[in-house]
Amino acid sequence: MDLDLKQRFYPWLPFFTLLRKEILRFGRVSTQTLLAPIVTAGLYLFVFGATLGERLSIVEGFSYAQFVIPGLIMMGIINNSFANTSSSLFMSRYLGGIVDLLVTPVSPPQFIMAYTLAAMLRGLLVGSVVWLISTMFASLPWDSPILGLLMAMLASFMFAQFGLIAAIYAQSFDTISMYTSFLIMPLIFLGGVFYPISILPEPWGKFSQLNPLFYLIDGFRHALIGSGDTSYLIAFGFSGMLAIILFLWAAWLIGKGYRLRA
Amino acid sequence: MYICAMSALVIENLYKSFDGVPAVKGVNFTINKGEIFGLLGPNGAGKSTTINMIAGVVRLGSGSITAFGYDNQRDYRYTRRMLGVVHQEIVIDNFFTVDQALKLHAGYYGVKDDPDWRQLLIDRLGLKPHLHKVMLKLSGGLKRRFMIAKAMIHRPQLLILDEPTAGVDVELRHSLWDFVREINRQGTTILLTTHYLEEAEEMCDRIAIMNHGDLIALEETHELVRRLSNRQLRLWLTEPLKSIPSGLESCKPQLKADGRMLLLNLPADIDVGSVLAQLCSQQLQIRDIETDQSSLEEVFIQLTGMNGGVDGP
Repeated sequence: MDLDLKQRFYPWLPFFTLLRKEILRFGRVSTQTLLAPIVTAGLYLFVFGATLGERLSIVEGFSYAQFVIPGLIMMGIINNSFANTSSSLFMSRYLGGIVDLLVTPVSPPQFIMAYTLAAMLRGLLVGSVVWLISTMFASLPWDSPILGLLMAMLASFMFAQFGLIAAIYAQSFDTISMYTSFLIMPLIFLGGVFYPISILPEPWGKFSQLNPLFYLIDGFRHALIGSGDTSYLIAFGFSGMLAIILFLWAAWLIGKGYRLRA
Repeated sequence: MYICAMSALVIENLYKSFDGVPAVKGVNFTINKGEIFGLLGPNGAGKSTTINMIAGVVRLGSGSITAFGYDNQRDYRYTRRMLGVVHQEIVIDNFFTVDQALKLHAGYYGVKDDPDWRQLLIDRLGLKPHLHKVMLKLSGGLKRRFMIAKAMIHRPQLLILDEPTAGVDVELRHSLWDFVREINRQGTTILLTTHYLEEAEEMCDRIAIMNHGDLIALEETHELVRRLSNRQLRLWLTEPLKSIPSGLESCKPQLKADGRMLLLNLPADIDVGSVLAQLCSQQLQIRDIETDQSSLEEVFIQLTGMNGGVDGP
């Protein structure tokens, strides 16, 4: 059964297979992975769009619904990108299924890319559906759609990396939910989803500028409605830098096999 | 990159410790292409650590592992492509059905799905009625069968079976070993550990025994058993003897049954024929002969110093 390995080994097939498996995985539990976050975002949209949206305006020239929609879209992207990598990888570690991958020719870069792309797809799918639902309540000017898309991709990439890191360090499912409840959600809520940080009194306004999610949310909103608290350069620069740091961290952990290989 | 190495696996000075405690202490062995090689030892002997280092689940402490001429660190993608592993623990992905998981698994190895080969594995392992069940719904035995199919789906050249028959019924065990022999005849090299030493004795061309991280024996199975076993020869005599005939001291002779039975423990270098010839020359009338040879299990216990039965590897 001697084989000519070059004939029988397709080096990129492991990557595409893992990507396909990760997409199938969240597709198989779509009620939990897609429908639930969309319903949650829909409820936010109903509260802030249909009830308060037309009656409030905290940024001149825009209704409150128009202001809050980009933040809600970004919230869906962030939460779901993080949830996808963190839950998938942690479950593999916890249930032992990771061994099935460790014995295969899936390389560390392919591993990261497959997990990341699947998480980005889930995050961007949820974000897109939230945006579609939001059109029932308000329309956005889409000042710079390319930059908006880039910021959405950057956010999903960043939180896919963070999900990988969290899954590697986590000791239990509780740890994963703690990341969501005590870190991501407070940072999202305090990062300007529901209000512009410029209306905060000092020192809260300054503190808010230390929140990395502020730059993602503000940059995305800036691209969608043409108004933001900070410039594109700062929003993309800061977010891009953080995404690179998280990527290098995740790549180092996975390349080393930290807590994956004994 | 066509490789024509004689050895399927070469392990040199393999060492691994966990938290400063050595688990594998400079182990060396080679597995020849096309052989069935048994790696045995009691719990904590270092077998699973060795196997996991070969498979890539555990990082190497030091030393080297070469599979079919490829270094398993530098050329890990090639070596893993050529290896199939049936893990000791049940490892499954609960999200998928048997059919979906088998199709996916070939792809992880960079191998295109081969429907004929997949169907053969499904048929031989009795998975056909369960193809569209999700893993959670499978019984323990079925999960074990699925794991074997999964390890073979990419047609590995070296199949590592780490206790594949643990918790498996007798029928499947027999059909599994028949299948393993069949793929071995077709050229697949087999490395196995098993709880059932009689299976190892029956299946393996060569056997290595590990204990406390060291390799304490490595020989052809029959040679290992022959060299280390206590062969007993029981001679039933026509006339009872009052004293032990001379010249048999090396066989630790004993008279039993009121002198009607002469019990000899034959060392490995003395054959039965020469003993019988010597006794015949002394005019001894032999009515019946019984021989007894210890099994691999007894050799295993003798080598590992275990009392109270054999522990699972």
